[in-house]
Amino acid sequence: MLSLKFDGGVIIAGDRRATEGYSIADEKIDKVFPADDYSAIAIAGAAGQATEIVKLFQTELEHYEKVQGDRLSLEGKANRLAQMIRQNFPMALQGLVVVPLFGGYDQRRDEGRLFRYDATGGRWEEENFHATGSGGRTAKQTLKKRWRPGLSRAEALRASVEALRDASEEDAATGGPDPVRGIFPSMVVITSGGCEDVPTDEVRAAYEELIGDQR
Amino acid sequence: MAFQPYVPPEQLMKDRSEYARKGIGRGKSVVALEYAEGILFLAENPSATLHKISEIYDRIAFAGVGKYSEFEDLRIAGIRLADLRGYSYGREDVNAKTLANAYSQALSGIFTQQMKPYEVEILVGEVGDTPGENELYHVLFDGSVTDEQGFVGIGGKSEELTGHLKETYQESWDLGTAVRAAVAALAATEERDVPADQTEAAVLNRSRGRRKFQRLTDDEVDGLLKAS
Repeated sequence: MLSLKFDGGVIIAGDRRATEGYSIADEKIDKVFPADDYSAIAIAGAAGQATEIVKLFQTELEHYEKVQGDRLSLEGKANRLAQMIRQNFPMALQGLVVVPLFGGYDQRRDEGRLFRYDATGGRWEEENFHATGSGGRTAKQTLKKRWRPGLSRAEALRASVEALRDASEEDAATGGPDPVRGIFPSMVVITSGGCEDVPTDEVRAAYEELIGDQR
Repeated sequence: MAFQPYVPPEQLMKDRSEYARKGIGRGKSVVALEYAEGILFLAENPSATLHKISEIYDRIAFAGVGKYSEFEDLRIAGIRLADLRGYSYGREDVNAKTLANAYSQALSGIFTQQMKPYEVEILVGEVGDTPGENELYHVLFDGSVTDEQGFVGIGGKSEELTGHLKETYQESWDLGTAVRAAVAALAATEERDVPADQTEAAVLNRSRGRRKFQRLTDDEVDGLLKAS
């Protein structure tokens, strides 16, 4: 699970593997979800808890928007998510930890922003990039080398693919790109125009460019 | 113990109806009509922030006339009901009929049991995949519900409005024609011009993504009015 800023917004990306103990439960699940039109959330940790939190979060954001006639500020959304993670703390103590990454386009400040969390509901805004989950450490190292201010969208996509690929090579619980079956990381790009799922073909192209350069 | 004079139920209901009608008559009206791509809601509303028309759920919209605080209360209750249902069951299990029934129950309860009835009339519209599957429910202050076809006007002058629309209405109008007809009906009923900046308009457009509801800005309405 990773997220980084680029020129015009943020990208949130995640691998596709779910595990149950030492076995692979699923090789093509999605862990990145649009939260509303201008923000997205990526989840790491206990899948059941995490998807429930995402569903409730999406419902709450839409509910607020309809009742108030206006969206919550990005800051407001990030705080609400922190409260929801805090509510999960008793479950986290029993091992069902959920650690999300949250990113979105702040329409009032006119910039992309990203937030990371810990299991207690602690919330920190990240300046440039962050990675979490089992392969987070490796992914973050790659991003550290690849990230610079003013990355283009294409460069940011490629850095994301590379970071997730590197994580999958070091961490057993991170799934790597699988060109044979057509399984690639899921990615959401958020700009002033809103959330957009990056088409698989574009992710595939970024991956092929990456392995082409390293051949 | 205070002495309660006997009032026949007929008289009681009549008084309450009159009170509610008077309240509704003071406000401005809303028109809803089915057009080629969905359902248009259009109201005369000088305020740009206090809405008469609102999104309830993916395919469902709400329009209210009468006392703002009262239909706002109903609007929020409707959104809560819809979101809760969609969350606990599934998104496709939220429909306009359930909402119209809930509104009907709530309004009839208030009408018979409270000190004063709500001075509101509301519309619940749901856009279907085909024009034949559209639904429009008109709920009155006493909880009576009617299922409308094609077009409807609500408010103090609902009969005149509906009468005007009946003369011109045709199925599968484009959006521009529908907006012009709705504004013309409002203007004819009120006997004054209704310029774009005095309107509030929104559509349930079946060609949109999951959320079919979309507000039209004053500029968009103005453009459509001038395109005739």
